[in-house]
Amino acid sequence: MSVELVNISRLVDGVTTIRDVSLKLERGTLSVLLGPTLSGKTSIMRLLAGLDKPSSGRVLVDGKDVTGADVRQRSVAMVYQQFINYPSLTVYENIASPLRVQGKPRAEIDSRVREAAKLLKLEPYLDRTPLQLSGGQQQRTAIARALVKGADLVLLDEPLANLDYKLREELRTELPRIFEASGAIFVYATTEPSEALLLGGRTVCMWEGQVLQAGETPLVYRRPDTLRVAQVFSDPPLNVVGIEKKNGSVQYAGGIAAPAAGLYAGLNDGDYRVGFRAHQLEIANGIPGRHAFHATVTVTEITGSESFVHLERDASNWVAVLPGVHEYQPGDVLDAVLDPDNIFVFDAAGRLVAAPGAR
Amino acid sequence: MARIDLVDLAHSYGGNDAPEESFALKPVTMTWRRGGAYALLGPSGCGKTTLLNLISGIVTSSRGKILFDGVDVTTQTTQTRNIAQVFQFPVIYDTMTVGQNLAFPLKNRGMPRPEIDARVAEIAGLLDLTPYLSRKAQRLTADAKQKISLGRGLVRSDVAAVLFDEPLTVIDPELKWQLRSKLRALHRDLDLTMIYVTHDQTEALTFADTVVVMHDGRVVQSGTPAELFDRPAHTFVGYFIGSPGMNIVPAQVSGREATISGHAIALNRSYDRLPAGARIEVGVRPEFVEIASPASNLLAANIERIDDLGRVRFAHVRVGDTRFSAKVPPGLSVSGNNAGLVFDPSRVHVYADSLLVEGEA
Repeated sequence: MSVELVNISRLVDGVTTIRDVSLKLERGTLSVLLGPTLSGKTSIMRLLAGLDKPSSGRVLVDGKDVTGADVRQRSVAMVYQQFINYPSLTVYENIASPLRVQGKPRAEIDSRVREAAKLLKLEPYLDRTPLQLSGGQQQRTAIARALVKGADLVLLDEPLANLDYKLREELRTELPRIFEASGAIFVYATTEPSEALLLGGRTVCMWEGQVLQAGETPLVYRRPDTLRVAQVFSDPPLNVVGIEKKNGSVQYAGGIAAPAAGLYAGLNDGDYRVGFRAHQLEIANGIPGRHAFHATVTVTEITGSESFVHLERDASNWVAVLPGVHEYQPGDVLDAVLDPDNIFVFDAAGRLVAAPGAR
Repeated sequence: MARIDLVDLAHSYGGNDAPEESFALKPVTMTWRRGGAYALLGPSGCGKTTLLNLISGIVTSSRGKILFDGVDVTTQTTQTRNIAQVFQFPVIYDTMTVGQNLAFPLKNRGMPRPEIDARVAEIAGLLDLTPYLSRKAQRLTADAKQKISLGRGLVRSDVAAVLFDEPLTVIDPELKWQLRSKLRALHRDLDLTMIYVTHDQTEALTFADTVVVMHDGRVVQSGTPAELFDRPAHTFVGYFIGSPGMNIVPAQVSGREATISGHAIALNRSYDRLPAGARIEVGVRPEFVEIASPASNLLAANIERIDDLGRVRFAHVRVGDTRFSAKVPPGLSVSGNNAGLVFDPSRVHVYADSLLVEGEA
């Protein structure tokens, strides 16, 4: 099966929520919708599910136009951020409910419910009702129900957002295997870049109701088409600085000039914006060929394995992530160093013109 | 701002006659410094919210005492204890302006107008709310509303402590970064005792000077982020702190050697006096195990999957029946499923019945 959105737009009360989105989803694939709150992720899911109708454009299922068709004719399962279960049914019956509706034989229901419960570590709770469970267990029940349904299209709208950190970590690593095994079309919405990277598959990067870029997840991460994509796909936030290239040298906004080495070498003269993720910024001095900035520490966050150093430089805020523990104090002035081979360069319109090579 | 002492504090929702194993909070004695930034970290059901509610006075403990600056407050209300609180979801008055919302806790206490104005201006400035001061709260985004909630929690300088209960849950990742570093800076500027409850290790470790890790109703370790990372006192801390968590594997340990799946690895310290009959495990963080090409002197492993997190890659490998996470060194291209594991001996810890064994030099 395939589901396709063709030039879809949607207006709600005169406000455009979805702007000319085209997207094709194939069976057995996972697509991550990545974008901040209100970027249109949930709207896209509702359009895919047939819960909302587009103002213009078409929805195709296996090439057939179903734009206005009744949602009950589509084989869809959905999991929301706020878990929804039947409060009066046991966990077992909650998971079994779509199979009972489908009239499956008792033995098949039992084996599929137990399989899903095992996958989602719900076996000890099958006889309880949802209100006797923690939030995490309730959400796993909702996910299990969506999985056993055997729908062609499974939509997960920030399903892990309300869960405990460690549970999220476990489910994130389990989910890709669950997806692979099922053969359905999975669509997974998240605001978190790290979640997209862990889930793999394809990433559809969204911003203000538009699809900015869609492609294999690592590729979108390593070659963002635009500055905006790089920003959406960076956590900690992307560091940005303006430059002007002229006569073989690079002038950084608010300070230093350096020879146009590395990725700067191939640029035409003109103004650019340079983006670099927290791990692309180093704190060091005296590395030949690197571009060094004086930056002032505003705060250091230490996780044990890494230190996040927040810096202020020429009125912009940067973050560097360093392995290990570094106890820099607010007000310390450091040399923040950039490798001209390890940056993203965007033109004045925000389009990518240079990116680091494959590592 | 107060120093807080917990003295043999425990709580059972089922009454004191219930077996101690069922207590939501098992007996704990500890001191929270004046002006400290603390995080209470643990999974849901670990007792962290119970402990927070005992400190705030929402729940009265079934056993033990709480002292604020040496004064017993165990049976006092939240109000008498003089506690400010920030919750998971915004608690603000929609019909008031942002400025009125921030001023409310001060007005309630009868602070003179000029002082209120000065303090509101200061807090609004710190939280970047100054441009919104005269706007109605109603029309603001969820993020902005939660910032007002934070402001209301921080606006009083005379509180014994400010308690935060998962305050950044509703915030987008990018703003989370800003608010987290803001909270840290606020803690420095405002000189308040702060206690921050979360299940998110990143939030806990980056906010707090001291992280108190809870598991199954018990405080299992309290320490700086670096201490929790470098020397987990309990295998649960090893597992819970760090992503992926610490590898914890059964081993035979004698002297300066641990044997895992029949392969000996070197230890930095000597372990000759392990408790008899205890369950012995070795713990090592994924950051300190690297995968390499298979070699006879390395522990052989089978690669199941590699997670590329952008700035670092972790391999999930299998050694016999045991799963390991190990770092993939930058630049190493992995071919095939077979690998060897290289351990950093100074980072391998030994645990007996889940508790860290010190070892001898």
